[in-house]
Amino acid sequence: MSSKDAKRFFNSGAKKGEIHELKQELKTPDKSKKKDVVKKVIAAMTVGHDVAPLFPDVVNCMQTDDMELKKLVYLYLINYAKTQPDLTLMAVNTFVKDSLDPSPLIRALAVRTMGCIRVDKITEYLCDPLARCLKDSDPYVRKTSAVCVAKLYDISPELVEERGFLENLKDMISDANPMVVANSVAALSEIHSMSGKPVFDLNSQTIFKLLAALNECTEWGQVFILDSLVDYNPKDSKDAESVIERIIPRLQHANCAVVLSALKVILKFLRYVSDNDFKGPMMKKLAAPLITLLNTEPQVQYVALRNINIIIQRHKEVLSSNIKVFFCKYNDPIYVKMEKLEALIKLANEDNIDQLLLEFKEYSTEIDVDFVRKSVRAIGRCAVSIAESAQKCINVLLDLIETRVNYVVQEAVIVIKDIFRKYPNKYESIISTLCENLDTLDEPEAKASMVWIIGEYADRIDNADELLETFLETFPEETSPVQLQLLTATVKLFLKKPTEKPQQMIQLVLSNATQETDNPDLRDRAYIYWRLLSTDPEAAKDVILSEKPIIADDTSALEPEMLDELMNNIGTLASVYQKLPDTFVARVRPMVQSASSFNPEADVVENGAAGDVIAEQSAPVDVPDLLGGLDGLNVSAPAPAGDAPAPSGGAPDLMGDLLSLDVGGGAPAPAPAQAAPAQPAGGFDPFGLDSLSAPVSSMPVQQTELPVILAADKGKGLEIRGKLERSGGQIVYNLSFRNTTAGVLDGLMIQFNKNSFGLLPGGALQVPALQPGSSGAAKLPINVNVQGANPAPARSALQVAIKCSQLGVLYLSDTISLGAVLTEEGRLQYPNFQQMWQAAPPANSQTQVFQVAGASQDAVVAKLESGGLFCVGKQMNAAHFSGKLVLGALALVEVAMQPGSPAVQVTCKSQRVDLLPLLMEFVGKTML
Amino acid sequence: MAAPALDALYFLDGRGNVIMSRTYREGMGRDMAEVFKKSILENPQTEGTAPVKNLGSCNFLYVKVTNVYVLAVTNKNAHAAMCLNFISDMIRLMRGYFGNFNEDAIRNNFVLVYELLDEIMDFGYPQILNEQVLKTYITQKGTKVDAGTAVPTSSSVNMMQVTGAVAHRREGIKYKRNEVYLDVIEDVNVLIGQQGSVLKADVQGAILVKSFLSGMPSLKIGLNEAAALQNDTNTSGQLGGRRKIDLDDIVFHQCVNLTKFNSERMVTFTPPDGEFQLMKYRASENLHIPFKVFPNIKDVGRSRIEVRVTIKSLYASKLMAMRCLVKIPVPKYTAKARFDMAGGKCKYDAASNMLIWKLKRFPGGQSSTLFADVELVSTLKERKAWVQPPIQLDFNIPMYTSSGMQVLYLKVWEKSGYETTKWVRKLTKAGDFSVRCT
Repeated sequence: MSSKDAKRFFNSGAKKGEIHELKQELKTPDKSKKKDVVKKVIAAMTVGHDVAPLFPDVVNCMQTDDMELKKLVYLYLINYAKTQPDLTLMAVNTFVKDSLDPSPLIRALAVRTMGCIRVDKITEYLCDPLARCLKDSDPYVRKTSAVCVAKLYDISPELVEERGFLENLKDMISDANPMVVANSVAALSEIHSMSGKPVFDLNSQTIFKLLAALNECTEWGQVFILDSLVDYNPKDSKDAESVIERIIPRLQHANCAVVLSALKVILKFLRYVSDNDFKGPMMKKLAAPLITLLNTEPQVQYVALRNINIIIQRHKEVLSSNIKVFFCKYNDPIYVKMEKLEALIKLANEDNIDQLLLEFKEYSTEIDVDFVRKSVRAIGRCAVSIAESAQKCINVLLDLIETRVNYVVQEAVIVIKDIFRKYPNKYESIISTLCENLDTLDEPEAKASMVWIIGEYADRIDNADELLETFLETFPEETSPVQLQLLTATVKLFLKKPTEKPQQMIQLVLSNATQETDNPDLRDRAYIYWRLLSTDPEAAKDVILSEKPIIADDTSALEPEMLDELMNNIGTLASVYQKLPDTFVARVRPMVQSASSFNPEADVVENGAAGDVIAEQSAPVDVPDLLGGLDGLNVSAPAPAGDAPAPSGGAPDLMGDLLSLDVGGGAPAPAPAQAAPAQPAGGFDPFGLDSLSAPVSSMPVQQTELPVILAADKGKGLEIRGKLERSGGQIVYNLSFRNTTAGVLDGLMIQFNKNSFGLLPGGALQVPALQPGSSGAAKLPINVNVQGANPAPARSALQVAIKCSQLGVLYLSDTISLGAVLTEEGRLQYPNFQQMWQAAPPANSQTQVFQVAGASQDAVVAKLESGGLFCVGKQMNAAHFSGKLVLGALALVEVAMQPGSPAVQVTCKSQRVDLLPLLMEFVGKTML
Repeated sequence: MAAPALDALYFLDGRGNVIMSRTYREGMGRDMAEVFKKSILENPQTEGTAPVKNLGSCNFLYVKVTNVYVLAVTNKNAHAAMCLNFISDMIRLMRGYFGNFNEDAIRNNFVLVYELLDEIMDFGYPQILNEQVLKTYITQKGTKVDAGTAVPTSSSVNMMQVTGAVAHRREGIKYKRNEVYLDVIEDVNVLIGQQGSVLKADVQGAILVKSFLSGMPSLKIGLNEAAALQNDTNTSGQLGGRRKIDLDDIVFHQCVNLTKFNSERMVTFTPPDGEFQLMKYRASENLHIPFKVFPNIKDVGRSRIEVRVTIKSLYASKLMAMRCLVKIPVPKYTAKARFDMAGGKCKYDAASNMLIWKLKRFPGGQSSTLFADVELVSTLKERKAWVQPPIQLDFNIPMYTSSGMQVLYLKVWEKSGYETTKWVRKLTKAGDFSVRCT
């Protein structure tokens, strides 16, 4: 589809008939046209139209050798498989076939796509191709399969463990191809963290292999490997040093994810290094790469800065001589500026403070209010953390107050309060300047700060009472922080200057705060002051004017344990948020994890669930229920726990079923017996489970004429026999079902995969509910849809899916006997036959010799006629037959034999070359 | 612990509607984009805030390019740096395919985008993002404005090579003329204080390579970098009177052998075909700053500003700066401006509130001054004090590097032993060149 078409399509919007139209168009045999139609379907999917109804039609296009078309169909499948789990089965066969394709691209594509389809049935079929592809000769296939194991683990951890894929992954760490190693590492460490089990054992050999692959794999692979190395704990200082030395070159990579991950590993391993001669120079080497991270696009820069702010909290020395790189550029996005500012504050020290203050002052004149506020705060924070710089900081703050910019002044007052708090009685000379700006203060925090300052220095401020009085005028309207500060400040004023005016003020404020407020904090504080003042004014002085603890700047400081954890998470979201991963990540599979660590019995249940029939049946039951069931089992009978997990109804049911089976004696119920993983010690077997393992041969006899197409052990306990036959001018599928499970089976349905003869079920499957141990039969009429036939070379295979309410979908493969698909109107006139026989090109002919002991021409003719081939002419040594298949193709056969010789030469001709092998096989079988 | 980069990827138009998406893991539907649109794009409080956000148990990382948001969503503790890096690499890759990256390009190439998304990431783990290599097995071709390079259509791609150590170059490349171009391009970032002191200066340099070489060549370049020269025997005697330079840091393209560089300080590599960035470096010591600027901006009364800016070029007189722009911010309420200057043109740009003084060519060792008289709209209302933002400079100086970086030699080996034509160019551009006026 050209871009113009695409555009038109996007603009047109969905119309009612669109789906129908596409459905028709998908039937086109023209490959390139088909491709365009599938593209249209995907375009519709992209704009959000529901194209799920086209599922069978799109999947029909899957079997193609055109790579482009195949990818399109796969893409469709990934998006819609979930909505059509049953129909997705139609694709299984092609997937499996593609996983054996000679092209590594197709093999990889098949495995990759199957892993993306989260439909249980597909998952089951994924295992074999995956096992094969993990050992593929092509690295592209192996690297794709490695990731696929992680996908499978996400869907079904049991299958991964059962099939030993974890072992495969571990082996792949030694793969010769670096990309395979990298993807295997990614998969393993993901499984490791998902399962909570130590599946990925990092020892010195593994580390050696990983480090070797590190040099050669893609940048992303390097990230996977480096991230996994963080979990390794080096044996000793030398071990740590050698790993660090191997990783150091990564710091020069252009990809900042590689650099951050390498930093993470190096910083962790440096903690194990005892040699300071190694440590010191190594730390110095980290500075340059950290700075280089700032030379990236803003969003990456932001992530880098968040990480730098973590790193310098522990290793300030690394960057303290490089503050200039954190100077904000005028055009930096605000979120980058904020982080740079934070870094500058963290890196401030006596030597660079002058330079920093100039910078901060500059920032305080910028446009963005938040940034300006933070810049002013930065000055205050520096003053608090660097005692030597306090005076300089205050000078800058005073300069800023001069600007009279409202929010700058307010912010300055707030930080000056902190400075006063940290350095009491040192800088009160500036109070007069502050007092000049009282009118500007309209924000609660600034007001509260100013009130605190006045209260604290009430004895040095001559007109403190007047100042406070102006604030008190609006006391009831103030916010609660301001009210609290006003209350305390008034009390301080009174204690320091117990004159008449303050006394009046304090009465006013106390009555206000106790009677006219509904703020409990304020009221309680007022009462405490009141009682203190009325009982013991000296004690009140001691309490209220006591020395205050020293403050430090810890605005953004992290707890040491938190910091440790974040250092191990450098580069990840946790480091960006500066929060532990658990606080923002939804836990995956918490149920299974908690259950497996619950008690030993739970383990028994899980092990049992891994492979046996009953457990699969009970898959929807979640683990706690299962445990409950087991508890019940323990209580209700003195039976050994873990004999067999409950199917669905819980323990008592199971007991009942087992007992009734026991009563039935030889009644076949092999599945539960095989499922029991643990036989009680000493052979105590109250239910006679041993005798239940009845051999298959003791089946009831009535169905023996039909061949078994699905054995009970493969069908989760449902045995299916069946044969396609021709009767009364149409095809009939004779089926019989036998229930060997312990429960009732009902709701049987049938579906065929696309096959060479266009066979479709001609109606619903009429089978009554099957009681345990009973059988049922059905005759299913079969319709032929010539258009729906698989255009690929004819094969006799018929893939059947049978659905049952209890067991889900079962798959089986039957063969289509030509006898069933040869029609009654296959008889040609001999001249016609001759004409066609001679006209057929040699390519459309096949000859084979069979050994038929004691064959006579008459016997052969009779046998073939009963098989659906019509004898159109007999000669001395040869007989000619014609037949017509349901598809309309003709079959011409010559059988030549010498009397007395067992050799029979058969020649088959047909318009369709692909039918010849099937025809030959059929003739051969029928003659015998 | 290795973490995946993301769970789902979305391409959204400027208003936040989904153009297309790809889910790599369970549980991420189209509705995630809706959440993003409602809670982040349309929320005025998140404007200008960080492009990494957490809402509930979902994390959103996004980048805006032209009129398209590229959004990654994950519910895990994903590798944020890898995620954002992946997005920028992906955008670069798509630019290579489509010519440019915008809403129309995505819509017109949706099948190709799907195919690429399938190949470049698997289950949230980035895979191969190299355009040259991808082109060997991606079936769709982009609809590009200009004709793309010929794509090899051989059906039997050598997949060994795709995943191998030289994953960035395919075999069997042939050129009639073997040529390689080296461009040393430097962005000089300078911040000059009001007294003319240099507050901050650094150079972000990059060496871009365009290689049109046959076979599997091995290249080696020599730089006048001090640390490298101690080890390099190739240059002994060659250096003559040239100066050595100190670089703060160097980072290399994936193709450069980092271990070898680390042990021997030699830049050796097998280049990908076509154009790529070989290395980036940073220098902050002994820089040549190409210009000096002396601003003098005065408020004259309430409705006039007097601007006098002198610019002096400090490079050799035989060199020439091209397209030199001096941008002087003025208040929003500027009415008009009159100019008087020795060279170039100047105008008042009302859209950006700047006086833009343009000097087409500015030779080295000269100085030029602009006088401007800016009239403001007079109002009676008291205005917020005008704070002069920094003056910005923009320029290109060919054949000049601010750091002094030189390519001493460039060697090409290939087993067939062909002759190679080599070109080396240099260019210094203004990165963030600002002069504070207050």
